[in-house]
Amino acid sequence: MPLRMAEAKISLDGVRHVARLARLALDAQEEAKLQHDLSSILEYVEKLTELELSGVEPTAQVGDAGTPMRDDVVTNEPAADAVLANAPAREGFWFKVPKIIE
Amino acid sequence: MNDELFRLTINDARAALRKREISAVELTRACLERISATEPKLNAFLTVAESEALTQAQAADQRLAGTQPAPALCGIPLGIKDIFCVRGMRTTCASRILENFVPPFDATVIVRLREAGAVFLGKLNMDEFAMGSSTENSAFGPTRNPYDLARVPGGSSGGSAAAVAADECLASLGTDTGGSIRQPAALCGIVGVKPTYSRVSRYGIVAFASSLDQVGPLTKTVRDGAIMMHALAGVDPRDSTCSARPVPDYESALNGELRNLRVGVPKEFFVEGMQPAVDDAVRATLKHLEAAGATAREISLPHSQYAVATYYLIATAEASANLARYDGIRYGFRAEAEDLNELYHRTRALGFGPEVKRRIMLGTFALSSGYYDAYYLKAQRVRTLIRKDFEAAFNTCDVIVTPTSPTTAFRLGEKTQDPLQMYLSDIFTISVNLAGLPALSMPCGYDSDGLPIGLQIIGPAFGEETILRAADALERSGSIARRRPSAV
Amino acid sequence: MAISDAYEAVIGLEVHTQLLTRSKIFCGCANEFGAAPNHNVCPVCMGMPGVLPVFNRRVLELTIRVGLATHSQISERSIFARKNYFYPDLPKGYQISQYERPLCVGGYIELPTGNGAPRRIQLARIHLEEDAGKNIHRPTASLVDFNRSGTPLLEIVSEPELRSAEEATAYLRELRSILRYLEVSDGNMEEGSFRCDANVSVRPCGATELGAKTEIKNLNSFKFVEKAIKHEIERQTAVLKAGGKIMQETHLWDPERGETRPMRSKEYAHDYRYFPEPDLPELYVPPELVEQIRAQAPEVPAARRARYARDLSLSAYEIDVLTQEREVGDYFEAMVAAGIETKAAANWTMTEVLRASNESTETFSNAVPPPAQTAALLKLVAQNEISLNAAKTAFAAMCKSGQDAATTVKALGLAQVSDEATISQVCDQVLSAEADKVAQFHAGREKLFGFFVGQVVKAMKGNANPKVVNEVLKRKLAMAGRPSPSDLPSSGA
Ligand SMILES: [Mg+2]
Ligand SMILES: [Zn+2]
Repeated sequence: MPLRMAEAKISLDGVRHVARLARLALDAQEEAKLQHDLSSILEYVEKLTELELSGVEPTAQVGDAGTPMRDDVVTNEPAADAVLANAPAREGFWFKVPKIIE
Repeated sequence: MNDELFRLTINDARAALRKREISAVELTRACLERISATEPKLNAFLTVAESEALTQAQAADQRLAGTQPAPALCGIPLGIKDIFCVRGMRTTCASRILENFVPPFDATVIVRLREAGAVFLGKLNMDEFAMGSSTENSAFGPTRNPYDLARVPGGSSGGSAAAVAADECLASLGTDTGGSIRQPAALCGIVGVKPTYSRVSRYGIVAFASSLDQVGPLTKTVRDGAIMMHALAGVDPRDSTCSARPVPDYESALNGELRNLRVGVPKEFFVEGMQPAVDDAVRATLKHLEAAGATAREISLPHSQYAVATYYLIATAEASANLARYDGIRYGFRAEAEDLNELYHRTRALGFGPEVKRRIMLGTFALSSGYYDAYYLKAQRVRTLIRKDFEAAFNTCDVIVTPTSPTTAFRLGEKTQDPLQMYLSDIFTISVNLAGLPALSMPCGYDSDGLPIGLQIIGPAFGEETILRAADALERSGSIARRRPSAV
Repeated sequence: MAISDAYEAVIGLEVHTQLLTRSKIFCGCANEFGAAPNHNVCPVCMGMPGVLPVFNRRVLELTIRVGLATHSQISERSIFARKNYFYPDLPKGYQISQYERPLCVGGYIELPTGNGAPRRIQLARIHLEEDAGKNIHRPTASLVDFNRSGTPLLEIVSEPELRSAEEATAYLRELRSILRYLEVSDGNMEEGSFRCDANVSVRPCGATELGAKTEIKNLNSFKFVEKAIKHEIERQTAVLKAGGKIMQETHLWDPERGETRPMRSKEYAHDYRYFPEPDLPELYVPPELVEQIRAQAPEVPAARRARYARDLSLSAYEIDVLTQEREVGDYFEAMVAAGIETKAAANWTMTEVLRASNESTETFSNAVPPPAQTAALLKLVAQNEISLNAAKTAFAAMCKSGQDAATTVKALGLAQVSDEATISQVCDQVLSAEADKVAQFHAGREKLFGFFVGQVVKAMKGNANPKVVNEVLKRKLAMAGRPSPSDLPSSGA
């Protein structure tokens, strides 16, 4: 369903930019669908702008405060086979990926 | 004993096992046979671990025969949502991207259940990465509602709810980020408990939204929920957000007492658009509570209307980071690719389903440069207001009662084209996660199609005993005539 | 120092240093260099589904130590953040780091300037994060090892206050010295436990705004840091002079070509989307812990330099050499404490001790004798038991053998002869063998006195006490005739 520009809360280029950040390959149809869906969700969340939020602290977490800490002791046995067992591609004890160009 | 052992509650099975009236192997076999019979209709299980389950059951029988007292869940067959890492057992999170992933470690709650002697029948279907309210987002096909196979079981723990409702297992494990235990429990006519955030360890549970995710049980009765909670809760040195508070004996809190219970009824939760049968059933239950000595009064949670918007910004932002690890490099699915960039893009494009991609996109956007303040940070501020609403409300009441879901189970496909409509089906459950509070859903009636209606009871932080006591008293009062699912 | 009169360089350094802990920052895997690939790994540092971080207390303690040594404020409440980007060596797709509210803020480092007041470089922040794994590149593929993933890293960010490549290097050396003094890092640039990225920009002199900067990576030695910054300042200055524009980009130092080049993998739009890490509650730093660490804080190089300048008569150069490494200064001080005169202890440390340690592949304390033994050796020199040259020979032997001073001197036959009777006998032999030279001496060739001394020392294989030889020879030559012995040159010990 095509969008009128006034309705679009995010442009097609915006969708492509976000998809690149998230490393998602999208075809043209998916791009259009996402532009529509994200726009309607962003339209919906606009309602938050109704609220007066100055002076309201953000809440990032709701659990007990304070980071518990562990003692500096080595507790893991080397277990390369267990972690490499799921590797999509490996070479010896390494994980293998297409050549990285820096 | 009857020959339908799979219909037992944990409480009854526990007694029969300890008296050696039944064996754990018999009970496990009964469940496995039930699974074989009902799965073609339901599709609640993604993996049935028959031989592992029987091995665990044999070990349980040995412990039951021994001189030492058997642990709490010895020989009890459970289903596990496929979001929990179980060592050596395929864990997919209902996603293609983890289709062949076998964790080399156990989630902390799995370790606890092993120590408690439980038997794992297998892994249960869900919405991919717990993102959804209908279990239609599973990469391995939807689960169906045992009350009507044309309808959804709810989600994301839809497999966990359907399997318990259909007596495929005595109880199951689920996770609840915005209602994913309570809403499917409501739609499948069972009990689902979402504990206080930090009450149960999250270690080894595939993360969706870390500040919201909680583990909880789905059970046939409230008492079973209390038994499971006792096994699950408690501090974990592997989870820095897990509370060190001592764990009460939830079962002993179930004294059947409702007198003097102050019940808050938020006016914002009884709104137009709600299915009349749901409204009626909840109001009838409130009448019943009052008759039993509780007092009900209207309260206000003024920021409830902002909860869905707040949730979808915070949950997707956290999810966008939590799901970045699925890149095809260390484990899971990897797409064919010429170079690294293509590997990332194609692996994630082919590995994730549309709803997961939609949420990754939304979350990435909400955190991205130039939008962080307007979306993510703003949502965090509103989260504070929602939390304060509850704090204020609990100054005047002990529990808050609401419908769990505005409607009974909807039809497959009914909401898949409109993500926002799907999101709004969690309208009554989401604010509880934002505030980190405990809540449960229990059956409180049926609509004209015979579909279950759920009642939500919300407590203050670490108020699990209070909500379990109220729910158990209500359940024991016999005011709600339970109906078995008709489609299985 | 400006490269051109019209332009000045603005340099800020970001240093990442690995902390010397036993285990990693968020899991119990060993923090060690050199294990077989993917052996020091577990579900947590591999970023498996559902794993969670648990913070290592030691990391906090070491960070506070660095914070205090750099005059930073230690934040009582600090938070972790997720820094989101994709790279094969980053297992979770984000790095747990700190963004808002880092652990240390507002610190500074003072660089020695020779004689004047030290130059103060402000720090923007010091924060904690986890290290990534390591990629190695093969002709057709890259391979990933996650042993390093989750190693605790301290990121120390300077304000852009450095003005030249030389000053940047001096800052880096001082920072490394501080970290080594504090025993929080081994500061090894080659092994990557001490890494530096440089932000370099150039602007017209007198301008207050910063120009577009380039970030230079892959600087794995002090030499490369200096070369790369110099190169980059020259490159940018040339671009600006030609009327061009500097692009904000990331460059990689190519040591083979001696130049920097833009990094291809960083062309990607980077937007790190920092947000508070929901898996770790706010980090609360108890003030008692800070006070406890403050009370036990080791001396830092600047404090040691100030103390030496105040208490000891040493040159700025000597102080600089003696204080760069904590163990060198400790060695010097131990010798002084054992009764060796300051100047002699300083000279010996700067020459013999540093030579021995530089020539050795061993650690410093294994390369050189314990300072008490070296002090014992120098006392033999002071007491004229052995000559200075003999002491150098003995010291070299002690470094290898590990034997004490007395044993070594004896074993090598280096003891000095001061016995007058013995020396007198040798003098007689020399004077009678060189009768014609004695005659020339008396005829006025007074320079020959040194020749006689040399002959006696040589005949005694260098072990004669030169002072006694002098005295005896003077006496004998005077007895043999004129002139007055008091006019003769003397050679001191
Ligand atoms: Mg960094
Ligand atoms: Zn590890």
